[in-house]
Amino acid sequence: MQQNPSSDSIVSLRDVQKSFGSLRVLDGVSFAVERGEVLALIGRSGSGKSTALRCIDRFEKVDGGEIVVCGHRVDRPDVDLRALRQDVGIVFQSYNLFPHLTIEQNITLAPCAVKGLAHSQAKDLARKVLAQVGLEEKLHAYPEQLSGGQQQRAAIARSLAMQPKVMLFDEVTSALDPELTAEVLKVIEQLAADGMTMVMVTHEMGFAKGIADRIVFMHRGKVHETGPASILTSPTTPELTQFVGTGNLKS
Amino acid sequence: MSLQLDFPAVLERWTSFLAGAVLTLELAAFATVLGALLGTLAAVGRGTHNALISGPCKVYVETIRNTPLLVQIFLVYFGLASLGLKFSAFAVAVAALTINVGAYTAEIMRAGFEAIPRGQIEAAEGLALSRLQIYWHIILLPAIEKVYPALTSQFVLLMLASSVCSQISAEELTAVANYIQSDTYRAFETYIIVAVLYVILSLVMRAGFWGLGLVLFPRRRRLGTPL
Repeated sequence: MQQNPSSDSIVSLRDVQKSFGSLRVLDGVSFAVERGEVLALIGRSGSGKSTALRCIDRFEKVDGGEIVVCGHRVDRPDVDLRALRQDVGIVFQSYNLFPHLTIEQNITLAPCAVKGLAHSQAKDLARKVLAQVGLEEKLHAYPEQLSGGQQQRAAIARSLAMQPKVMLFDEVTSALDPELTAEVLKVIEQLAADGMTMVMVTHEMGFAKGIADRIVFMHRGKVHETGPASILTSPTTPELTQFVGTGNLKS
Repeated sequence: MSLQLDFPAVLERWTSFLAGAVLTLELAAFATVLGALLGTLAAVGRGTHNALISGPCKVYVETIRNTPLLVQIFLVYFGLASLGLKFSAFAVAVAALTINVGAYTAEIMRAGFEAIPRGQIEAAEGLALSRLQIYWHIILLPAIEKVYPALTSQFVLLMLASSVCSQISAEELTAVANYIQSDTYRAFETYIIVAVLYVILSLVMRAGFWGLGLVLFPRRRRLGTPL
């Protein structure tokens, strides 16, 4: 654990390299996320955006470069993974709720097991975070009794219960129909309004445009274009022009 | 050709039958609990990346699965004796049956572990749970749930196979039957009764596993999805 003195970023990637076999997925990726900022990673399938996100929580080990997340040197082999992951919340495309546990148990498990929270306190916490995502009444339901959108909101609540300093969203609405997508996006919008620092990989261009403070457009493992959300409407590179022009920009 | 069956002559030894049946059930219960523990540990061990752990686990599982139970029982029985260790026939039988069923349980549990989606483990890792906590809270019960019918069959099979323990004079049901038929010369009747008792013991065990399933998997009870 070592603070990067040159920046007070919550997340910073510098010249990150990552290959799967001979395939170079990340080819010198750099970006930083400030406290309270919402950063959207966009790009075609295979552009490296999900890999970049997963590197932040060390679900992928990088081959080179530097990643600092909340003071943790994530690129180093001796990084304290459990300390890192208490500071970082991650939500996946496939929800990944634990099917054998009720929603309440899903939420209270980590605060009790990892942070040693008392059971009664954890239950109060579960109520609080479920209220945040509008699912108070599902406290005692099992995941399979919930719709996809509800499951994803419960997964967000589960992450929030660990009180992370930054949240990562990996295409969290890609498995949902437009109506369910809307209810999940509403929850994320509220988090942004509350000042949560977030990095999201998304295909919802309209949403990215509305919520993101900054856009990082990835292309062939590199940050191809970056800037405020307005770059989506007035892109400067032909690749981004083509990307947003191919019907990706829903209002 | 006429078949004459004289059940009363055999049934007057009903206390012996009962004692044998109880001992068989005790053998099965001990070996089931210990074998489930041993097998689960062996399955976890076989799945680790440390060859010093996974290697011996693999050798254990493959050795046991490729030798007859009776030979395993003799190996434990005479092996302990030649080391100068004296154990009751019951203890030896429990040990041998545990070692045997542990290997089969390991293979079944391994299938259960492999059926847990990778995303479940990633989600748990993302919540900062330790490896042990992930096994305990996230993997173990769903894995058991996925292979529960196979486990039930394996442990019932173990109970039936425990009849081989009569060879080292553990006084279980089959051993009792051997004495009774040599005393009464009513072999056919004796083994008919023994067969019926084994069926009853199997049903008792299956009922036990069904009840245990209700406790272990409350979601199934709530949602009404039977195993």
